[in-house]
Amino acid sequence: MGRTLAEKVWDEHLVRSAPPGSGEPDLLYIDLHLIHEVTSPQAFDGLRLAGRAVRRPDLTIATEDHNVPTLDWDQPIKDPVSRTQVETLRRNAAEFGVRLHPLGDLDQGIVHVVGPQLGLTQPGMTIVCGDSHTSTHGAFGALAFGIGTSEVEHVLATQTLPQARPKTMAVTVNGALPDGVTAKDLVLTLITHTGTGGGQGYVVEYRGPAIEALSMEARMTVCNMSIEWGAKAGLIAPDQTTFDYLEGRPEAPTGAEWDAAVAHWKTLLTDDDAVFDEEIVLDASTMTPFVTWGTNPGQGVPLAGSVPQPDDFAEESDRVGAGKALEYMGLEAGTPMRDIHVDTVFVGSCTNGRIEDLRAAAEILAGRSVAEGTRLLVVPGSVRVRLQAEEEGLDVIFKEAGGEWRGAGCSMCLGMNPDQLAPQERSASTSNRNFEGRQGKGGRTHLVSVPVAAATAIRGTLSSPADLPPAVERSRDHETQEV
Amino acid sequence: MDAFTSHTGIGVPLRRSNVDTDQIIPAVYLKRVTRTGFEDGLFAAWRNDPGFVLNQPAYAAGSVLVAGPDFGTGSSREHAVWALQNYGFRVVLSPRFGDIFRGNAGKAGLLAAQVDDKVVLRLWDLLEAEPGTTISVDLTERTVRAGSGPEAVEDSFDIDDYTRWRLLEGLDDISLTLAHEADISAYEADRPSWKPATL
Repeated sequence: MGRTLAEKVWDEHLVRSAPPGSGEPDLLYIDLHLIHEVTSPQAFDGLRLAGRAVRRPDLTIATEDHNVPTLDWDQPIKDPVSRTQVETLRRNAAEFGVRLHPLGDLDQGIVHVVGPQLGLTQPGMTIVCGDSHTSTHGAFGALAFGIGTSEVEHVLATQTLPQARPKTMAVTVNGALPDGVTAKDLVLTLITHTGTGGGQGYVVEYRGPAIEALSMEARMTVCNMSIEWGAKAGLIAPDQTTFDYLEGRPEAPTGAEWDAAVAHWKTLLTDDDAVFDEEIVLDASTMTPFVTWGTNPGQGVPLAGSVPQPDDFAEESDRVGAGKALEYMGLEAGTPMRDIHVDTVFVGSCTNGRIEDLRAAAEILAGRSVAEGTRLLVVPGSVRVRLQAEEEGLDVIFKEAGGEWRGAGCSMCLGMNPDQLAPQERSASTSNRNFEGRQGKGGRTHLVSVPVAAATAIRGTLSSPADLPPAVERSRDHETQEV
Repeated sequence: MDAFTSHTGIGVPLRRSNVDTDQIIPAVYLKRVTRTGFEDGLFAAWRNDPGFVLNQPAYAAGSVLVAGPDFGTGSSREHAVWALQNYGFRVVLSPRFGDIFRGNAGKAGLLAAQVDDKVVLRLWDLLEAEPGTTISVDLTERTVRAGSGPEAVEDSFDIDDYTRWRLLEGLDDISLTLAHEADISAYEADRPSWKPATL
């Protein structure tokens, strides 16, 4: 019987197969370990206590992202506890010989933006990080998943992880996304379809014409949100789009090594006779701009829809959950989504903080202004994305529209650095989680695509670009060099 | 890691489903560089509410949390497990756990025991009718027991065999893996040269 892509990558990384019937996990080799300041200090401490070294510092890379401020980033971090955590990473990286891209470095940024940008993320690899959005790297056909701090220590010490073989699922997306409907809308639609636990226990392969048509950056948006419906990992088979993105990147192979790598990558396809444990089939052509109304990513509706009635849900736990979510979100059932006023629009994060996202936002914001009573925060995912955007003049468009242009980091995706919502403040956010308090204590989050975020900034209520009057001066001619 | 065989402690009914790790401990509390001291961040937003279950004296010393389905979804932060342990919890019962949370719990020595939906509903009713009721959890037998008489709850729970064995023996994963050092070195000798390196 044939094998799926995920099974091929799994098998290629078996250091040791569990004896059949033993109930033991397999032991998998890890090709790349990404590190950041929040989930690593206790892991390095564990190594010190046991007198262990980092086995493969040459397969390990660190950056600073969760705690870093996006204003005054050339100054020492003001919050002493955040500063200590960042300084702890710097000390650990120096002591254990790990490459670090600290604040102020050209390759600093959100860990899931930096890896692909450097060309370190390649097809067929196993990639882990103490961060659940590690699934982002699956866009390249890598098996990539988030781990806890005990596992971070395990990988540092052994470059392996004991893992039980997961089940496999295919998400096949047929048809083509209509104009103005993005990868973000696709994945939000999927999560509302499955619920937050629908993918639990599965490694998911996204496939079909609508997936193949996506750019690498859009594929990263889809794979990024795999964890939001509970999947262990999400991946997409590598193809010419993948190879074109990788070729010439700093850490991509060159010459004969490139040819050898591509030859291998081309074998990383699910065999025709492979069998998935589960399959979901969706039609992209029926999808529309999609937004969340509740406090988990599975509580979403089309932008054209309304806030649901808790009684609309079949399951008792969903009815209770919806009631609690509406109370927290300060929403009345039946309110059209387009009537909801938004205080803050956040464009950024490992979901939607790459150059294509910023270009899409700029195209809509060019010649237009942010609504009175609404603020717009645009945060590039990495320093390289920031510099590229500035070279293209995107920063000028954001500032002329009345938006704020910031330094690179996780920013308002999670309430850990100075960029936070105030209690009851409502956001339209291109990030990945609308959990209670995620963007700041008491903050109310609506997850949206980049075009919806930009249009919402202009109208002050949840909107799509189709709702906008013509701009004074339509989009400028941007350069489109790759970051 | 300390071995875990059985535990009896006060049950705490958390009548919520989809309790994500941001609710277990918000990001602002993740800045410590130790494995201790996270108890203040546990359910931080909810603990502002005087009516929240842990603010009621009968439950405040609880050590067995009984939660709705999809407990521990979202972020990979092991701090969620540490916060529960630092507060005093030894066991969480739920019909379904987030994958990463369940893995982290197994590594850190918190028992994440999967029980039937109906068991959770009955335990909630029992614990609310008689606050301070204890729950006994036996990892050897995989059983959960609480109360007496007609309202008593006695059922089994699920946990994978490997995690159960590690918890019962109090085994450290890294030592187990390093027993296969020769396999790791043999694998490394065969890795293709075009695989990327960071140094």
